[in-house]
Amino acid sequence: MVYLLLTGFLVAFAAPLLHHWLGRRVFVPLTLLPLIFSAYFIWQVPGVLAGETVTQSISWVPSLGVQLQFRLDGLSLLFALLVSVFGVLIMLYSRGYMGETPLLGRFYMYLTLFMVAMLGIVISDNFFCLFLFWELTSITSYLLIGFHQHKSESRTAAWQALLVTGAGGLALFAGLLLLGQASGEITFSGMMQSGMDIRGSSLYLPAMVLVMLGCFTKSAQFPFHFWLPNAMAAPTPVSAYLHSATMVKAGIYLLARLSPVFNSAEIWQFTLPLVGGITAVMGAALALKHTDLKAVLAYTTISALGLLVMLLGIGTDEATKAALVFLVAHALYKGTLFMVAGTLDHCTGTRQLPLLKGLGRRLPWVGAAATLAAYSMAGVYPSLGFVGKELLYESALHNNGTLGLVLGVALLAGMVFVAIALVLSFRIFWRKSSHPIALQHAASPYLFLPPLLLGLASLAGVSATTPLLLQASLSIAPELHTSGKLVESQGFSLVVQLSALTTLLGLILYLFTPRLHLRPFTTQDFPFGPDSLYHLLFSNFLSGSKRFIHTLQDGYLRHYLVYLLLFFCGLSCYVLWRDALVLHLGDRFYMLQSLRLYEVVLFILVVSALLLLLNTRSRLTSIVVMGLVGYSAALFYILFGAPDVAATQLLIETLTVVIFVLLLHKLPAFSYLSHQVFKLWYVFVAVLFGSVMTYVLLLVQENAVSSDLKDFYGEASYLQAHGRNMVNVILVDFRGLDTLGEITVLAVAAVGVYALLRLKPQKGGKP
Amino acid sequence: MELLLPFLIGILFSVSIYFILHRHLFKLIMGLILFGLATNIFLFVVGGLTNGDVAIIKKTHEVAVVPYADPVPQALLLTAIVIGFGLQAFAIVLIRKVYQSFKSNNLDDLHKAE
Repeated sequence: MVYLLLTGFLVAFAAPLLHHWLGRRVFVPLTLLPLIFSAYFIWQVPGVLAGETVTQSISWVPSLGVQLQFRLDGLSLLFALLVSVFGVLIMLYSRGYMGETPLLGRFYMYLTLFMVAMLGIVISDNFFCLFLFWELTSITSYLLIGFHQHKSESRTAAWQALLVTGAGGLALFAGLLLLGQASGEITFSGMMQSGMDIRGSSLYLPAMVLVMLGCFTKSAQFPFHFWLPNAMAAPTPVSAYLHSATMVKAGIYLLARLSPVFNSAEIWQFTLPLVGGITAVMGAALALKHTDLKAVLAYTTISALGLLVMLLGIGTDEATKAALVFLVAHALYKGTLFMVAGTLDHCTGTRQLPLLKGLGRRLPWVGAAATLAAYSMAGVYPSLGFVGKELLYESALHNNGTLGLVLGVALLAGMVFVAIALVLSFRIFWRKSSHPIALQHAASPYLFLPPLLLGLASLAGVSATTPLLLQASLSIAPELHTSGKLVESQGFSLVVQLSALTTLLGLILYLFTPRLHLRPFTTQDFPFGPDSLYHLLFSNFLSGSKRFIHTLQDGYLRHYLVYLLLFFCGLSCYVLWRDALVLHLGDRFYMLQSLRLYEVVLFILVVSALLLLLNTRSRLTSIVVMGLVGYSAALFYILFGAPDVAATQLLIETLTVVIFVLLLHKLPAFSYLSHQVFKLWYVFVAVLFGSVMTYVLLLVQENAVSSDLKDFYGEASYLQAHGRNMVNVILVDFRGLDTLGEITVLAVAAVGVYALLRLKPQKGGKP
Repeated sequence: MELLLPFLIGILFSVSIYFILHRHLFKLIMGLILFGLATNIFLFVVGGLTNGDVAIIKKTHEVAVVPYADPVPQALLLTAIVIGFGLQAFAIVLIRKVYQSFKSNNLDDLHKAE
């Protein structure tokens, strides 16, 4: 399996090159890839049906528990087959749909990357591994939604999808980490086997909430559903593949995968049906009011995802089976319908439902595909959708706790599905129309064969997929009892009556659809909907950060300095306050008695020099006073046993004064630059900084620590380096390389000074 | 004197910051020089003060005899002073050049001149 994924990545990145070589025939090798995947997974079917699991693991970062661990059980295999078989058809369909675009290679690259990442999700056993592929699907989804990069709505939608699912992905990552912490296992299989004794853990609830957030954003559950309709800006093969059949099911997959761990918790049993129910009803209602074919399909997808989440939340045997059957049924018929929508768009140039009329005679195969899919969508015997609906009602009836909710949601959603299925097949294709829409071109086989095959599968898929579906349910609910059949036939039972009622209500609803379509919804209808809120938040965040940066970094040096200094002072004060560092100055007053006269004189000299410096208007005076302060510093060094430092200080101070005086006539004269308003503020900042430094220094003096270095140099200077002046020995011997660095710095500064002096201002006054 | 030095350093820091925050180019240089000076003395004091005893091993001994000054801060300081000088020289020349080019002694004018 690892090598399969690896090959997939290699082929994906080779796609642009292949396009360069093969032109439009690039689809051949890229269709072969999912074909090989499908063959491999079909080859695995008998083993998995017998209850075996295929595992494989490669060490990656063992110290962090990040391993490439893969595991193929019933659930994984079901999804893997779905992804790879669907991949074959989508690659073929893309050949017909995308036509000749210079970016075709890139498109195939993204699509293949996505396919591999999606396979990675469903066969990963390791948390980190799953998260990695999860994020990769978000990123490829972003790239594919924004494929029409010249359109601004594509870019906006791509951003939105990435931000929503990316944020959800982070929540999921946190959730998985907490889960790993709580259970001590970082693989799904390990967690299932360890007895799942994490319900008492304090991390159980946060982990569950975070995982739910991740899954809800990925699977477009209310209130995060808004990115999915916008994602329809992607080319239609992408919508069919990512946004109806596979990627949005990743959340469902993970919920199913983790449901043995979580489904005994009340919050899980409560939240999932509630969120799923709201999503299902809302999606169904919004689907009725839209006239854009892809928007209608997007909202019914949201509705179907809601139903799936609800079923997983119920968690009984029937519900689990219903979820899986419905999932496969939905993937098949919705994929078909999306492809049909794309074909219609391609052939007629519009996706508006009221315009699409009377197409059956001219696009018979497309019509046939749509009709097959519509059968399944409406849940008519003997399609897979029918089985799904039967199981849905059965699980609703067998579940007393949430009977009303589940039944109502199932009825409403089912009704809308019937109505929309009729619109999409009967009204577009088969109803007689006096003004049939003109065709721009006929549908090529690439455009109608894939949906037709998929449509056939959705009708005939019942018997073929039953054993695998049952095996997959076993992965979710290990104690499930199966009798080899999906539905126990019960004759003309309540379930069948409910099913018939749904169909009848759907028929009535269908008659009202032209009226509903008179005034379709736009985003302006929901000023406080999640989509509008998202855009509000987004634009405010951008303008807010722009304003913030502008205030903070306004281009004035001293403002930056003030922020830095204030932050420094604040931090120091906080630490002083937190550790309650108090001075004991009183204990040290006695030291003032040993003060010598020349020390006092020096002190007074420096202070008065500084006062003079503050008040003088003469540059020469300033320079002289600066020199005075520097020489006083040298005196301090002599007093405290540092003759070398003092000598250097004297030398440097002299040099500085000389340079100053030499350049004096070229330096700006003093002029009074008034900033009276800010003057007090600057004084405050300056004094605050000075006081903090004084306080820190006094503290350091009180809590002096002795260093071992002093003893080391005291002993080693002469014996090892044969020098009596320890400071010099350190500079030229022990830390000789550092001194070399210092000399280099000086050399660089000298070069800089020389270059600056040589630089002639260009004409016009600017350097 | 140990007790007075922290206050002296505080005053030095305050004055230097006040100059640095000033709009005048010349005062900016003075502020920088004073700031370097204050930082040097700060380092010196933090390293511990020993009254009068130097960090030199006497002719009659092979190892240093207590009390002697800690040589490490002194070595640091020597480096700092020299590097500081490089910085000062560069800053002085730079500001001279800026003044020549812009004919302004006001930092804010440079901002606008961009």
